[in-house]
Amino acid sequence: MKITFDWLKDHLDTKFSEDQLLEKLTDIGLEVESVEKPSSDLEKFLVAKILKTEPHPDADRLKICDVDIGNQNILKVVCGAPNAREGLITIYAPPGAVIPKNKMKLVVAKIRGITSHGMLCSESELNLSEDSEGIIELNEKNYANKVGENYFSKNTTNIIDISITPNRPDCLGVKGIARDLAAAGFGKLKNLKTNKINSKEKQSVSVKILNEKNQGCSLFGSCLITNVKNTQSPDWLKEKIISIGQKPISAIVDITNYVMFDLNRPLHAYDADKIDKGIVVRNSKKGESFKALDNKDYKLENDMCVISDNTGVLGLGGIIGGERSGTELDTKNVLIESAYFDPRSVRKTAKQLNIDTDAKFRFERGIDPLSIEQGLNRAAELIVEICGGSVSSIDVQSIKEFKNTIIDFNPESFKKITGFEISNKEILEILNNLGFIVEKKKNNLSLIVPSWRPDINQEIDIIEELVRISGYDKIEIIQPTKVRNKPTLNKSQKLFHFLQRAVASKGYLEAITWSFSDSKINELFCKNKNQSKIVNPISADLNVLRNSIFSNLIIYLNKNINRGFKDLALFEIGPIFNGTKPGEQETVLTGLKAGKISRSSWLEKSRNVDVFDIKKDVIQTLVEAGYHKSKLYIDDQTPDYYHPGKSGRIFLNKGKENLAAYFGEIHPNILKKIDIKTEALMGFEIFLDNLKVTKKSLKDQKTKYETSDFQKSERDFAFIVDKKIEAQEILEVINNIDKELIKNSNIFDVYEGENIPSDKKSVAINLTIQSSDKTLNDDDLDRINKLVIETVEKKIGAKIRS
Amino acid sequence: MSDIKKIKDEYLSKLKSKIDINQVNQIKTELFGKNGLISSQFKNIGSVAETERKKFAADLNSIKDELQDLINSKVNEIETAEINEKLAKEKVDITLPERSFVQGKIHPVSQTIDEISSIFSEIGFSVEEGPDVENEYYNFTALNTPDNHPARDMHDTFYLDENKEFLLRTHTSPVQIRTMLKEKPPYKIIAPGRTYRSDSDQTHAPMFHQVEGLHIDKDINMGHLKGCLNYFIKEFFEVDKIKMRFRPSHFPFTEPSAEVDIGYEIKDGKIVIGEGDKWLEILGCGMVHPNVLKNAKVDPLNYQGYAFGIGIDRLAMLKYGINDLRAFFECDYRWLNHYGFDPLDVPTSYRGLSR
Repeated sequence: MKITFDWLKDHLDTKFSEDQLLEKLTDIGLEVESVEKPSSDLEKFLVAKILKTEPHPDADRLKICDVDIGNQNILKVVCGAPNAREGLITIYAPPGAVIPKNKMKLVVAKIRGITSHGMLCSESELNLSEDSEGIIELNEKNYANKVGENYFSKNTTNIIDISITPNRPDCLGVKGIARDLAAAGFGKLKNLKTNKINSKEKQSVSVKILNEKNQGCSLFGSCLITNVKNTQSPDWLKEKIISIGQKPISAIVDITNYVMFDLNRPLHAYDADKIDKGIVVRNSKKGESFKALDNKDYKLENDMCVISDNTGVLGLGGIIGGERSGTELDTKNVLIESAYFDPRSVRKTAKQLNIDTDAKFRFERGIDPLSIEQGLNRAAELIVEICGGSVSSIDVQSIKEFKNTIIDFNPESFKKITGFEISNKEILEILNNLGFIVEKKKNNLSLIVPSWRPDINQEIDIIEELVRISGYDKIEIIQPTKVRNKPTLNKSQKLFHFLQRAVASKGYLEAITWSFSDSKINELFCKNKNQSKIVNPISADLNVLRNSIFSNLIIYLNKNINRGFKDLALFEIGPIFNGTKPGEQETVLTGLKAGKISRSSWLEKSRNVDVFDIKKDVIQTLVEAGYHKSKLYIDDQTPDYYHPGKSGRIFLNKGKENLAAYFGEIHPNILKKIDIKTEALMGFEIFLDNLKVTKKSLKDQKTKYETSDFQKSERDFAFIVDKKIEAQEILEVINNIDKELIKNSNIFDVYEGENIPSDKKSVAINLTIQSSDKTLNDDDLDRINKLVIETVEKKIGAKIRS
Repeated sequence: MSDIKKIKDEYLSKLKSKIDINQVNQIKTELFGKNGLISSQFKNIGSVAETERKKFAADLNSIKDELQDLINSKVNEIETAEINEKLAKEKVDITLPERSFVQGKIHPVSQTIDEISSIFSEIGFSVEEGPDVENEYYNFTALNTPDNHPARDMHDTFYLDENKEFLLRTHTSPVQIRTMLKEKPPYKIIAPGRTYRSDSDQTHAPMFHQVEGLHIDKDINMGHLKGCLNYFIKEFFEVDKIKMRFRPSHFPFTEPSAEVDIGYEIKDGKIVIGEGDKWLEILGCGMVHPNVLKNAKVDPLNYQGYAFGIGIDRLAMLKYGINDLRAFFECDYRWLNHYGFDPLDVPTSYRGLSR
């Protein structure tokens, strides 16, 4: 909402400055968004007088004018306007000035060989009106002694742009803002009297509101002004319109706009002669259409509130008028509409048709239903004053009577919410100034809410008004108490933070990527599930909810590779989506690692990152998070975006109840499809929601400290086994042989090749053997040796290598 | 007597000359071997005249000690020289690079969330979460923003179905409703998380982060709200003094509502929070609207309190001098390294939010 301090002063007596105004507006919730100085370029435009004209030697239509621009400066200006003539007072733009209409900056230029020092302007060029027929003709009487002065000097008050929250339609008019300011002690609201129409002439255009279900119009006021002469607006009105950044059009349009900006009372002007046998306000029927003032054709659905006549739709109530009945400069008889349209109906229609207009913006927030006659009176008065003609009496059709909201207010409730007290006197004063009618009722106040405040419905709304006007700075700070009755994080939240930092500490950079992704990439990682489409994506390549974090992470990894980075480790922890309903999501930690280890090292030979690097990162992370390595169970069943032979999944236990993670090399096809150029790419996913969080706290997790100081022995074994036998299986068999004595087992070599049958491999294992209650002698060790060999041979079908 | 004196003199001079370890061992054998010169003299003690025996024995022991000490120190000397020589050969250029290491980093948004959680933890808030995909009811209607309310225009919503029933949450406020429906009052929670609006430019990203706050109890009023936020802002920006301004505003789900500005100035092209006469809007808040409490089955006659919503990304930008919001989500390795935090920098109350 744009206003100027000058306009505000039409309604407000105040001794304060503009700076104080800006502060006050913000203090009462009318946030000043910006203060715009009218273009300083406008200061360059001067009132000037043509002293002499002579024809241009080389162009029939051009004239060379001697122009008096004041201070005894007389310049030669080339001008093409037919009305440029001796004695004319007009507006001169010097070189350097920027023409408002086309933003062109003037320079001294030769026009057909004759140097022109500036330009004489038309109204259209200055955005004063659409009139481009010739240069401006200023009134001799008013301007004769102003030659050389700035033409726009009177209009240089700042444009103050206020952000009006959706609950405050009353402040979409200058008067409403003035009322709020007055209530907050910023001056006194002027009691402007509008002259009431005093006419014996009846409004002769019939108006009828059909009382239908879902009728969006409940009140329709109108008056007819006959024999007008539509014209340019007078200067004061043009300046008003221009001062808030709008463009004057014609007197009738400017007047309706002026009343709208001033009082937030939207009006609509019809050319009464174009209305076919009276107005009917009704619901539209599907298939009806009309051409609106924005020159677009609209096809209507059922139940849209339309203003119609015998021929068809004239306009959409409270949204936009139709071209057919619009006023023009030659309009003779004008019907002014001042109506109340239901906010929900207006909003619904505008949304369906995708129209946004100033009227719609206002009606969907709620227009004062009792301002109908005030708007008509004011507009009619101005039209007659400017365009002449005679006014009919006002006709108001109504199908529903407006009733003010009444609220019972207990003044005690104010302190309960705000924490501070204000006197009853102040309460009464604020409410009165805001337009409430207050009646004392025992301890309570009975309040009649003003008709322009549709936002006020209950006690809390009154408290808001009081604290807003009284001042938020009066709210006293109550220091928070440092008491914690509940743990800040629950177990799974702690796990989230722990895993996040555990993975980062292994050299991964944390990334945050969109929750949505490109369906073409996401498809590669969605495990053949349905992709969840976004109906209105921000762009075509962010059109689905991600089924995997890989979908985005791999793209960004590739961008970094393209930036010239080769060895990269990225991770993200966040949601992935399995559907489009609340809760159909899970939290996953996903990492990617690309390139080489020890690239270009003087110390070590470099090698590609491999699946056991990433396996280490995952297992170490899980172990750090408190899961026992000995319980983790691994198999090779992984989704199709992993290399089928170099990937695995990790369960928290052998029962495979909880899938903790996938890890492995990313499938070469994926790299090919996305065109990633790297030596190696590994990835992993840890599924947080599947990780069982222990109920034990750290203090209970520590078991009794037990250790053995008896001598320990190490024994090495090498078994020949089938190639398909997994290491995990061998170790499991060994570890179960004697849990008391076999303290540790480790595979230190795997060999395939010479001296070993082609379908077999040799696995070398080191065992640490130690007893908790004695030093083992040779016999004991031989016994356990034998047991190990026998068991492994029997259970695995292995053969000890001699 | 003269015999042993002669031995002593002869071997002292031998040992003092430049000899290697083999020669030292040779001397050792010659003197103290089974038939060594000194060993033989000890065997002779018995045959020395009784009157001289005592003196002889004493002299012999003294000579033995002297020679042995000398041998030991000679061995030491040679060994030390050998080790020194060996070490001198092993010398490396210690200024060569160490084995390479990579430092992981925590994203500034995650760090900021941890900072926020740490601060609110101190004054008794616990952390709640809600789903990213919401239904229209929790995101709007339950929050006193019915369909066809103009306030919905302020949120450019991503929808997941044509009926506009399912959507990506436009704010973290639905967590208020979910929390209240789940448990009985009082409530004292914060809810950080991802939020979504279909908007993208220098200062808007289609996804961003918010933290919701909710404190409902019997008598929580606007003074508590002001105190809580004042405390938070001071702690977060790690400044002693903060200029804070509460301005009336409007949100459908709070009443009265406020926006909070903090004072700042530009020093050397950087924003300095806390002083200066410029205002920066950082959050929206207010007393939870009675309609919202009713929708969440909380009796507004018995319970009241405040809620707030803060943009996390914006806080991180202000605190750490980051200019472009979109860079948060573009994963540029250089950016992540530059603005990221070491994972060991866990914000805590006792150690401080940052180093």
